[in-house]
Amino acid sequence: MRRWLSQHRAALALALRRLFGAPLNTLLSLLAIGIALTLPAFGYVALDNLREVGRSASGVQQLSLFMDVGASKKDVSEIETRLQSMPGLRTVFVPRDEALKRLQKSQEMAEIVASLPRNPLPDAFIVEPADVSPAALENLRQELSSWPKVAHVQLDSAWVKRFDAFLRLGKLALMMLAGLFAAGLIAVTFNTIRLQVMAQASEIEVARMIGATDAFIRRPFYYFGALQGALGGIVASGLVFAALHLLAGPVGELSTLYGASFALHAPGALEIAALCAAGAILGWLGAQLSVSLSLRRFD
Amino acid sequence: MIVANSLTKRYPGGFEALAGVSFEIRAGEMILVTGHSGAGKTTLVKLIASIERPTSGSLVVNGQNLSALRRSAIPYVRRHFGMIFQDQKLLFDRTTLDNVMLPLQIAGLPHRDAVRRAQAALDKVGLLAREKANPIALSGGEQQRLAIARAVVNRPTVLLADEPTANLDHESAHDIRSLFAEFHRVGVTIVVATHDQSWIELCHGNTLRLDHGRLA
Repeated sequence: MRRWLSQHRAALALALRRLFGAPLNTLLSLLAIGIALTLPAFGYVALDNLREVGRSASGVQQLSLFMDVGASKKDVSEIETRLQSMPGLRTVFVPRDEALKRLQKSQEMAEIVASLPRNPLPDAFIVEPADVSPAALENLRQELSSWPKVAHVQLDSAWVKRFDAFLRLGKLALMMLAGLFAAGLIAVTFNTIRLQVMAQASEIEVARMIGATDAFIRRPFYYFGALQGALGGIVASGLVFAALHLLAGPVGELSTLYGASFALHAPGALEIAALCAAGAILGWLGAQLSVSLSLRRFD
Repeated sequence: MIVANSLTKRYPGGFEALAGVSFEIRAGEMILVTGHSGAGKTTLVKLIASIERPTSGSLVVNGQNLSALRRSAIPYVRRHFGMIFQDQKLLFDRTTLDNVMLPLQIAGLPHRDAVRRAQAALDKVGLLAREKANPIALSGGEQQRLAIARAVVNRPTVLLADEPTANLDHESAHDIRSLFAEFHRVGVTIVVATHDQSWIELCHGNTLRLDHGRLA
């Protein structure tokens, strides 16, 4: 065990020496890997933020229940009781007079409302369900529509569905993009290691002649590939943070214009660790492929 | 210790470097392999070190038949030999100490022990003061002594040398021969392939003379 650990420590030290022994090459490789990881990582963060927007966007999670214009106070009271008896719903009653007052406050509508002989608006309820999945919202809309004296239940379910479909499409595109850039990362590592094997040819030859096993020769290259990938992950995280920092101001401004208080959220420690681990695994894979092919000529 | 029986090595293309060579080297002996250029000296050394495989015949070292070795076993067999190459094969991107530590790292010795043993080997060949130097900064004789330190650091049972004094001045060559004489005195089996006749006295006439791949 001690011998095994000692060999791994030596391989890691050699990999670090090779990594920092050629700083310019390392920097360029890290930039290439970092950029390759940044695009899918930023896509993931953007989708995550969009999902958050979807969750918090006003109007998406609520239904408007409009009573018949001729519904009596008793009818309205019955509907209110039925709504309050349903679990997982928050209900706000908007009386028709209140609705008219709100309409009158609008500059564009004030004149039109003033010219009306009577209040044409119905009593209404704003219903906010806890389960905001598109299917649950649609089921609730159908149920409420079937109640007596309910004229119309409005749900922007088409918008919700479109948004949901957009997120699914984005996720799929992101996965394809991630696959493409993963192949790019493997290719970058493959080439770096191939060049290293060529540069270390004399060392490999000597090591073989004096009793080095295949594992001993391969190990530093594996460590190099994994380290390079992990460091590429750190570079990618830095680029994602920088992009989010640049976007934070404009997004906040836009959010304020819509009367919301949305802020971009950055990836957490676990997500950064996952990105570095993905980089390390892909780097290790690229190194393994490269070493397997490049070392054949020493057999 | 080393027993060769009808040892033959034929390279792709048909060139026969060794043709049915048989000999026996006992433990602790120092043997000189001589012959003109292309006689098969280097091939014989490489076969003993398992760097190359025989085409036919058998070669038994320490009771192990090298002709029948599995590929995966070869690295472990090579560790029993200390090999000194004609061109030294030093690593010029490492320090002198790191060059000597390489066989110990391959054997998996803990770092501290490896440093200690490598320093002892450098001390033995008179290069401890140059442990941090790059081998390229050493003279030809010093480079050869460094190669010897690397070959003996793992305490091999057999020391194999291919033209260890080629391209060295008289004084450096004498130093190298003295080092070999010291290793011989402590019981290391030594096989030296050379056409330098100065070695004959040191080997007490134990000579394998090759001529066109055959024992003359």
